[in-house]
Amino acid sequence: MISLRDVSKAYPRAGDALRGVSFRLRKGEFAFLTGPSGAGKSTVLELIHFQTRPTEGEVQVSRYNSRRVRRRDIPALRRRVGFVFQDFKLLERLTAAENVAFALEVIGTPRREIAGRVQRLLSQVGLAARASSRPSELSGGERQRVAVARALATEPRILLADEPTGNLDPDAAGGVFELFRMLNHLGTAVLMATHDADFVRRHREIRRLELQGGRLVGDSAA
Amino acid sequence: MRAVREALAGFRRTPLLCALSIGAVGLSLVILGLFGLVAHNVGGAIGDVERRMEVVGYLLDDVGPEQVRDARRELEALPAVESVRYVSKNEALERARRDLVEFSDVFGELRVNPLPASFHLRLREGFRTPETVSETAGTLAAYPFIEEARFGDEWVERLFALRSAAAAIALALGGGFALVAVLLIVTTVRMAVLARGEEIEIMQIVGAREGYIQRPFLLEGAVTGFAGGLLALGVTRLAYVVFPARFAAVESLAWLPHPWTVAGVAGAALLGLLAAAFSVHREVGRAYGPS
Ligand SMILES: Nc1ncnc2c1ncn2[C@@H]1O[C@H](COP(=O)(O)OP(=O)(O)OP(=O)(O)O)[C@@H](O)[C@H]1O
Ligand SMILES: [Mg+2]
Repeated sequence: MISLRDVSKAYPRAGDALRGVSFRLRKGEFAFLTGPSGAGKSTVLELIHFQTRPTEGEVQVSRYNSRRVRRRDIPALRRRVGFVFQDFKLLERLTAAENVAFALEVIGTPRREIAGRVQRLLSQVGLAARASSRPSELSGGERQRVAVARALATEPRILLADEPTGNLDPDAAGGVFELFRMLNHLGTAVLMATHDADFVRRHREIRRLELQGGRLVGDSAA
Repeated sequence: MRAVREALAGFRRTPLLCALSIGAVGLSLVILGLFGLVAHNVGGAIGDVERRMEVVGYLLDDVGPEQVRDARRELEALPAVESVRYVSKNEALERARRDLVEFSDVFGELRVNPLPASFHLRLREGFRTPETVSETAGTLAAYPFIEEARFGDEWVERLFALRSAAAAIALALGGGFALVAVLLIVTTVRMAVLARGEEIEIMQIVGAREGYIQRPFLLEGAVTGFAGGLLALGVTRLAYVVFPARFAAVESLAWLPHPWTVAGVAGAALLGLLAAAFSVHREVGRAYGPS
């Protein structure tokens, strides 16, 4: 479903962010992406989301290949790959429900379907009761749930999460993590970047991809 | 519908910049509009002069009818020549008597006819330029039995030159302001894009199509151009109404032909659209990486 083959990424001034990274993530799989700050975790996720292209090697996400992808195909790809950020990226002036509706609207969901789907998505992340609260009225964990509901709006097969628990206290972090596990059980593949070593240690059953200085130095599945 | 709503929101967000953009588009078009008005009105007069302009060749006296016929045929075959009229010595005298009544006595007493026969050449439309005129006169003068070839006075040439100069100035000024207008629209759209940076980023992340994201900005650019075009049309119209009243010599001014005004306003809208497309492509397009 996702495969990186000998991927290198160099930035003009910063130099190599990634060097010769290869791995595959299968349908419905769950994996942590770990490593110290600057190791290249975000870069890997951005490559899979086609926000940047590799300098060398290739990234394949279902039928999209970084060498051959056309610019106009990228929106379709991104609908299959949900993305969740450390800082949530919610629109402050919109309520939780409106934030989710926004995503549905901009991908062309028929207007009459939006309200129903927003409600289902918010229920799925356990936030049905807070639908009309603004982000400023929600806790960090709740905000991240809204962001997850928004990411799920396009019914993605893959969920990428860049330090989704980085801004949360341990309780909230655990809650969001359990949400990912639940979504994974329902069939969504999850790739979660984190440098919370504790967290990873407590879940040894989950595959772990470890980056260091732009290289893949460990893969617990290998 | 959404695009319209958001384009309007764009105007509310940066009203001064939008007004400046519209003003610059308007100014560049007012200059072109005023020139168009003058050119359109003077154009009729110039066209008249052009149509009546003749190249005349005066013949020596001892030219036989066959030579005249051959020469006439050759002249008629020239691509620039529309018609050739031959005026014989007698006809010339007749005309002189008729036109110059005060001298009719003088002409009546003449034993010999002092007036030469002549060829009068009219040029086809599109060939009535100073160059073709003098070229044709040269061809005419090259016949050994043509004593002299003349063409329209110098002022015709000056009229041409004046019109070309006026057109050049109007284009340069209009073009200059059009460039300013483009830069302002590019900036306006840039500001609009930056103001909505957060939303645009989310749209790109969740997979909105590029066209969907760009449409409101393109509309904003087109509407800015269109408004500038209407402004210019209004100002030009005002000038058209006020101008003749101030100058008694100008009795009636013709308003611009319909296609010109439509083309002007549509052109302004297109200019705005292109400026916005350039800007939005630069600002929004980046997130999709190379195509
Ligand atoms: N847009 C960019 N331009 C230039 N250099 C970049 C860019 N993005 C990342 N880098 C560089 O690439 C390297 C990897 O960055 P990346 O963000 O992938 O690390 P990370 O593992 O996500 O770190 P963190 O845990 O701090 O988020 C770093 O050295 C960073 O400075
Ligand atoms: Mg990072």
